[in-house]
Amino acid sequence: MRREATLIATALLVAMAAGSILILIYGQSPARVYVALFSRTWGSTYGIGQVLFKSTPLIFTGLAVAIAFRCGLFNIGAEGQLAAGAFATGLVAASVHAPAVIAVPVAMIAGACAGGVIGAIPGALRAFTGAHEVINTIMLNFIVAALILWAGGEGAFASGTTHTALIDLRAAIPDLGIEGSAANVSILIALAAAVAVWFVLGRTRRGFELCAVGENPAAAENAGISVRAMTIWAMTLSGAIAGLVGTSTVLGYKHYFEEGMGRGTGFMGIAVALLGRNHPLGVVAAALVFGTLSHGGIAVSGICPKEIVDVLEAVIILALAVGAAAGHLDKKRKRA
Amino acid sequence: MEILASLLSFAFFAQVVRITVPYALAATGGAVCERSGVINIALEGKLLFGAFAAAVIAHATGSATAGMIAGVAGGMVVAAIYGLAVIVWRADQIVAGVAINLLALGLTRYLLAVLYGQSANSPRIPGFAFGGGTVWANPILWLTVVAVIAVTVTVGRTRFGLRLRAVGESPEAAATLGVRVAATRWATVTLAGALAGLGGAYLAIDIRGFVAGMSGGRGYIALAAVIMGKWRPAWAACACVVFGTAEALQIVLQAELGGELIPRELLQTLPYILTMLALAGFIGRSRPPKSLGKPYP
Repeated sequence: MRREATLIATALLVAMAAGSILILIYGQSPARVYVALFSRTWGSTYGIGQVLFKSTPLIFTGLAVAIAFRCGLFNIGAEGQLAAGAFATGLVAASVHAPAVIAVPVAMIAGACAGGVIGAIPGALRAFTGAHEVINTIMLNFIVAALILWAGGEGAFASGTTHTALIDLRAAIPDLGIEGSAANVSILIALAAAVAVWFVLGRTRRGFELCAVGENPAAAENAGISVRAMTIWAMTLSGAIAGLVGTSTVLGYKHYFEEGMGRGTGFMGIAVALLGRNHPLGVVAAALVFGTLSHGGIAVSGICPKEIVDVLEAVIILALAVGAAAGHLDKKRKRA
Repeated sequence: MEILASLLSFAFFAQVVRITVPYALAATGGAVCERSGVINIALEGKLLFGAFAAAVIAHATGSATAGMIAGVAGGMVVAAIYGLAVIVWRADQIVAGVAINLLALGLTRYLLAVLYGQSANSPRIPGFAFGGGTVWANPILWLTVVAVIAVTVTVGRTRFGLRLRAVGESPEAAATLGVRVAATRWATVTLAGALAGLGGAYLAIDIRGFVAGMSGGRGYIALAAVIMGKWRPAWAACACVVFGTAEALQIVLQAELGGELIPRELLQTLPYILTMLALAGFIGRSRPPKSLGKPYP
């Protein structure tokens, strides 16, 4: 636990140091930028609301990546899964005309199903042919993006635009009403998803089996767990959770699906899972960190180029990857 | 008939070549790098940073040749960061690769803002001073041909190539025979960086400037080509020609038919679907090097 905390603190410090150099190159004071980054996010009610809004999709993608990780799989296809999911959510929410109690769950399930299918494909390919899920999920990211554009051109997008028709507003998820921020009730759904994942992984037989496969597939197989079934199941669940991103962006905010919506959130999910140490509640905390950075770009844009936060995010991931490997090495040394 | 004529034309061939060059450079580097056991998801970032470095230097010096050299150097700088993370510090290669790609995307935009006051694109840069801008007079095309041949021969026919493959299959065994695993991997990672950087320079010089995110997934296509080519450099380059032809075809069909025959978006998915099929064993068997992605020691 202490080692984990040191790792996370070090990664954040390394990122801040690298960021400082870049800010100095721009001729600005790092202190000023970091103070603005913090005060304009967590320092105002509106800022907090925006952070919560930006964190919501990250909770979903972070959970998605974490579940796959726990099963020993690397899902870098949350990007495609969330696109498919949000697209489906948008289409369904626009065509189901029903009261909120029906329309919202139906639209969410549509998103989860679409994301789940896109997740299941690399899962099944891994299980039956041994093809590595990393490559297949990357490929599917591009395939899904192209297919959405194609379907859009074939009539899924409102004519002359790159977005779907406005959803039936009864399916809209209400704002939390935090001083004009975009924070909406979907963050509660995201939190519920985190608790559900925590429960499934930590308290159910299937979750235990999933983690067992992740820890040691050969031992799991010997214990009578089907590694094949678990692989498919984990990737499907992972994709389904990523597919829920549209709950926040489509139902809670834009009220339509737009081409490119949520782009980058899938990759950031990897960062969130890493920082959250693949624990569902850690993922929530990590999503808040990256949500802060995500809104922080706008917060610092008057002082220095807002892309500084993209650099900070990337350096955090790199530092975490390096730090995790160093920690692993320590453990090995101690055992030896 | 007209379509057939335009497909058989020299202009179409030139278009294919034009599209293929950056893919082939990145894929050749990627193949050699992966053969030594290092995954190269970071090709995208190397292309992008190479393009950025090339544009900045070409703009500053007014010389495309200087830009080209800078592109190679830029790719190598990114490769050095990647090598430090995955070879020296044993970081997970996939995570590090994703991080490098995000870093390249963010850093180039940030530096655009620092240098030129906006984060969308660089000022216009000069092309090569000779040849009137045709692809045949582009030295990077010929460097690509040389690189593909040289890398293929090196990997397949030299002592270094044999060692490199040994390192990718079984680093422990290679190390017992006196092969320096880390040094070998540094060589291939740096080479991949240089080649992808050159590919980036080509992109920037081709459109006379740098545009944020201009690599546009080409690094991933190159990665796909590595798999399609079963991790053999020459075959990876051939896969790039296939992908390049598909892309050129799509441009021609678009122009001739307004894209009626096969929707553009569906044709775009071709490289990715082919790669998935190849990896699944439906088109031959594509087997990665045994120790791909595993840190050593």
